[in-house]
Amino acid sequence: MENNKHFVLGIFNDHNVLLKAVKAVRGKGVNIKEVYTPYPVHHLEDALGYKRSWMPKAAFMFGMTGTILAIVLQTWVMGIDWPMIIGGKSFIAIPDFVPITFELTVLLSAFGMVGSFFVSQGLKPYAVPVIFDRRQSDDKHVMAIDLAKNGLSEAELMGLLEETGAEEVKRRDLTEKEQEGNFITYIVDLFTHGVTDSARKLN
Amino acid sequence: MEIVSKVREPLVTGGKTYKDITEDVCRPVEAAPNIKWLAGLGFALLLLVSGGYFLGEMLWYGIGKWGMNKSVEWAWDITNFVWWVGIGHAGTLISAVLLLFRQKWRTSINRAAEAMTIFAVICAAIWPVVHMGRPWLGAYWALPLPNAFGSLWVNFNSPLLWDVFAISTYFSVSLVFWFIGLIPDFATIRDRAIKPVPRLIYGMLSMGFNGSAKTWMHYESVSLILAGLSTPLVLSVHTIVSFDFATSVIPGWHTTIFPPYFVAGAIFSGFAMVLTLMIVTRKLYNLEDYITMEHIEMMNVIITVTGSVVGIAYITEFFIAWYSGVEYEQYAFVNRMTGQYWWAYWSMMTCNVISPQLFYFKGVRTNLYATFALSIVVNIGMWFERFVIIVTSLHRDYLPSSWVYFSPTIHDVMSYVFTFGLFFTLFLMFSKFFPVVNMAEVKSILRDSDSKVYRGRRTISDAVVPADHRTTEEEKARESVMA
Repeated sequence: MENNKHFVLGIFNDHNVLLKAVKAVRGKGVNIKEVYTPYPVHHLEDALGYKRSWMPKAAFMFGMTGTILAIVLQTWVMGIDWPMIIGGKSFIAIPDFVPITFELTVLLSAFGMVGSFFVSQGLKPYAVPVIFDRRQSDDKHVMAIDLAKNGLSEAELMGLLEETGAEEVKRRDLTEKEQEGNFITYIVDLFTHGVTDSARKLN
Repeated sequence: MEIVSKVREPLVTGGKTYKDITEDVCRPVEAAPNIKWLAGLGFALLLLVSGGYFLGEMLWYGIGKWGMNKSVEWAWDITNFVWWVGIGHAGTLISAVLLLFRQKWRTSINRAAEAMTIFAVICAAIWPVVHMGRPWLGAYWALPLPNAFGSLWVNFNSPLLWDVFAISTYFSVSLVFWFIGLIPDFATIRDRAIKPVPRLIYGMLSMGFNGSAKTWMHYESVSLILAGLSTPLVLSVHTIVSFDFATSVIPGWHTTIFPPYFVAGAIFSGFAMVLTLMIVTRKLYNLEDYITMEHIEMMNVIITVTGSVVGIAYITEFFIAWYSGVEYEQYAFVNRMTGQYWWAYWSMMTCNVISPQLFYFKGVRTNLYATFALSIVVNIGMWFERFVIIVTSLHRDYLPSSWVYFSPTIHDVMSYVFTFGLFFTLFLMFSKFFPVVNMAEVKSILRDSDSKVYRGRRTISDAVVPADHRTTEEEKARESVMA
């Protein structure tokens, strides 16, 4: 098909070999589409040249929103909207506002950050991920290189990956349907073709 | 180069490969439930239903069915509430505080401990709600909404309202932390699934996670920040629970030592409950290679430390009561020791202060049976601690004319049994349908803990896969999928 995407996959057993391979492959000017690992491999993001995660910034911004919301709410309610004398305290008793301010800061920070993470990474219950190789969530590290976006030929890329220590090198084509990742099509496929068939097709 | 520590035992034993971890952890999820699990669930449901009957009756007729009276207006309900909240704390401590301290031994136990936190907080939250008597009329009173009869708001100066915020924040943040940790493992189960329904369900639970380097990068950042947020949160929750008592004027409650003392007690009881559950879980699902004696010993060490902190707190309270010269305070403490509830006080002292000291002996803290027995003893002791604080302080207040003795009714006891049923039911459902051990995290420490992994590259056919848990057809189908 016209719109198929072609990839070369390098499958690695050892994360240290993978790290060196990523550096070597990028050193040759090859553009790596993405690397998939079953567990977080430290320094992989540096090797791939990713910028630092902006999650701390998101957490801080949402946390500050929580702090301000809590202070404004409590001050307005206790001090302005319905002032009451409780235990002889002043209407705006700042020390008494500390616990709720803290809790709301944490609450908004956590939820805001996790929400940002889900949205930015496209994580949602009806997401259909592209899975290059099923073992990528088990015990293998998979490096995917897009053939269209690199000057090297398929054979050259495979040779390069083997040279850098890949246990297994293979070609993988993504059909248009797979690229789209439509949830409804996915469910229909799952129940008509069964998991085993679609899995065989995947690998 | 291989580095093998001569000092520390490996955290994962049995020379496991990455593949083995996936197999061992996914096996209980993928296999049909075994008889032990079904028996456990049956027992838990029995507790849930029988306790639920009495709880329902109590709700129907009102909380007069409980043994509480004019003076002792908090008794088993708030005792159970504080006890259950405390139990939850070890989960967050293991997953968050130990993550920040880079304690790698947390990885095998954090998942189950976090689940325990969630379920314990659910059991805790039932008590204040039920304590309202007719919660269906007023559960929303605790929310910061203007009252329907005017613009009267909740009282932000009240520790009881702080509690509402603390517990609900703690529950929701713990839930998010737990779910975030589960996502990569759900993805693993999804990719292994050989039937459409599990693949669809675990696929939806995994939210389309595919383990790309970019997602892992943000994921790690999110986990670390959630740990950083949960660490002060876990301290704040029990501190605020202690404020419920500490900001009052009741002798025996009005003490500044309550916040740190409650936090230490919570960690103490939480670790005891983690141990009780873990010793059963590792046996039930053959996880002895992941939850090793090293893990159990570490937890016993924490129990010894926190138990000693709690012991010091008891003694400090006594000293301060004497040193303050306040006769009401002095009477409250003498009454605890020698009054009508002396048996509760001495049960507490025996279970919490004396018995954990046995863990100083290596033979005791590395003995599974002794650990299991002591973990239950500690939980009983911590329940008595809350009971002593609440009931002995209330049954002798400033007015001798209102002095009474509190005795529980069947409804007190069975409402408590109901929460046990709920807790065990939830935990058993979790351990069957969710991965009990955090696979991704254990894989990430495997290399440090066991050098055998890299000696040879084993394939699925070499891996040790006990065949008794799965049918041959299923086994073949999975192998053909994964090959």
